[in-house]
Amino acid sequence: MNLFFQQLVNGLTLGSIYCLVALGLTLIYGIMEVPNFAHGHLYMVGAYVTFFMMTLYGINYWLAAVISAIVLAVLGVLIERLVFNPLRNGPETNKFVAALGAMLFLEATARLLWGSDYRSIPGIYDKVIQIGGIRVTEQRIIVIVAAVVLMFALNLFLKHTIIGSALMAMAQNRDGASLVGINVNMVSILTFVIASILAAFAATLAGPIFLVYPSMGTMIVTKAFVIIVIGGMGSIPGAVLGGYILGLAESMGATYISTDYKDIVAFVLLVVILSVKPSGMFAKETK
Amino acid sequence: METAERNRSMWKLGTYLLLLVVAIVYPLVASNSYYVHVIVMSFIFAIAVYGFNLIVGYLGQLSLAQAGFFGIGAYMSGLFTMKLHMSFWLSLPLTAFLTMLISLPIGFISFRTKGNYFAIFTMCVGIIINLVIEKWDSVTGGNTGLIGIPQPNNLGPISFDSVISQYYLVLAFLVITIFVMTRLVNSLVGRTFMSIRNSSDLAATLGINVMANKILAFAIASFFTAIAGVLYAHYIRFIGPDASGLNMTFDFLLSLLIGGQASIAGPLVGSLLSTGLTEGLQSLQEYRMVVFGILLILIVKFFPMGIVGGLQLLRFKLMKRFAKTDVAGIAQMKPSKGESHAAENKSIN
Repeated sequence: MNLFFQQLVNGLTLGSIYCLVALGLTLIYGIMEVPNFAHGHLYMVGAYVTFFMMTLYGINYWLAAVISAIVLAVLGVLIERLVFNPLRNGPETNKFVAALGAMLFLEATARLLWGSDYRSIPGIYDKVIQIGGIRVTEQRIIVIVAAVVLMFALNLFLKHTIIGSALMAMAQNRDGASLVGINVNMVSILTFVIASILAAFAATLAGPIFLVYPSMGTMIVTKAFVIIVIGGMGSIPGAVLGGYILGLAESMGATYISTDYKDIVAFVLLVVILSVKPSGMFAKETK
Repeated sequence: METAERNRSMWKLGTYLLLLVVAIVYPLVASNSYYVHVIVMSFIFAIAVYGFNLIVGYLGQLSLAQAGFFGIGAYMSGLFTMKLHMSFWLSLPLTAFLTMLISLPIGFISFRTKGNYFAIFTMCVGIIINLVIEKWDSVTGGNTGLIGIPQPNNLGPISFDSVISQYYLVLAFLVITIFVMTRLVNSLVGRTFMSIRNSSDLAATLGINVMANKILAFAIASFFTAIAGVLYAHYIRFIGPDASGLNMTFDFLLSLLIGGQASIAGPLVGSLLSTGLTEGLQSLQEYRMVVFGILLILIVKFFPMGIVGGLQLLRFKLMKRFAKTDVAGIAQMKPSKGESHAAENKSIN
């Protein structure tokens, strides 16, 4: 039974990271209908920024997280302006291909600048806490709590501020939102800023537990896509729910089925779900 | 009018023959067998990209599972010849056929989804194939892969133990592929695919069975992709899980988009360029995406039809200018068969 609870905590940690990444992806998809494949690679850059801030400049972990968030926000806006904005009215496939291009570019650039070595953000919360029979590092608890705090803050922002409402309006109906005078450019930029900040925090939180390397983004972004497809593309509660489900499914699958096939769980899950419901589990009514 | 049409097709045939002669003479004049090797690699790639072109260019569906079929073809034929000691000449058609069979149920399920969902779904299928190949140690050799895949068996007196003989083998398959593709896209079936690309609702209204045609295109594409995989396995003689990886699909996509989708010359032009550049910059292989990534973005924005599409547009504009004096001329040129037509459709789309 202890093993089960241990894996439950691990699953929640993993799920928290998935949630934060998937939230950004679903916001961008819901508001701008862009399948942003480069999102996972923003996450990767975020991890590197935190890593270098801490190791090269000896900056405090949380301050490094904030710097990473700022850098990613700028990068996110650049990608939105240079890559997706010019293609706004183009066919779906073009946005998809452009996103792939941005992703390949970021990965190769990271490899060029920082090499292909595996690194790890130095952990400052390594103390092990004993709760009942389970042993948990402080870092994992921080991940779980911080993710909840961030999601709560996002929710407050979207539901209780005017700018947040503008974003939600855009997600519900683009034409309608433009008609009542919501600035599409402003909303697009803001969406990328929020998504990038979430990715930066996710990367900083995950950094001490998982490894940092240039292709780390590919796996997480494909999994995040699985999550938002399961949760309905553009749905915020769907992304949160899907994130935790996948995190738990993977850590349980690794323990009780096979570690080798841990990564496959997500994709099989998606294939099964889309085979039964071709437009996702909780899809918004489209066209 | 008849003669203009005939002239044009004669020109075309002449160009094709000239290119073929160049291709046949090339290895005899190439100063270094490495240069031959590079072209063999691009030809193998091109065959796979022709399959990809059918789905992405002509059917308009972004399938990201193609490298999976490339990998299945490569591994299956590798296993057939290594473990079952099957002849290459039996293994090749059998593998291509079996891969096509495997693609049928996958196509049937994938095409229930549309647009971005389809791209994501097929991407996941590709990842699953890749992960299974990587983890199924007992059969596929896991991360090490298959080593020592035999060369193609002798065909009567012809042996395939030199790069040059392999070159001609691959060239033969490439020529067959191009021939089949040209006939296919100019046939009713090809037109049907394009009508689905332009509007699947309209196609359905005209009485076209959209699902059946999509699966057909998918199956044909997997067939050619598998052939490319088989040729690759028996040429390189070792394969690892990377042959079925997502990056391979991205390479196909890159070659196709650089060359020009929905055109007959596009896949070949794109493969020659991208493989040539990649091999030429071998020390920079890991970093080539710094340039290619940006290139992808620029292509979809400014040259959605790639190099070939761009040239066609240029030729069309020039022709229009000359035709001002000869109004009858343009009347014949415009609705001519084949690629320029496809290019028009696509740009409207």
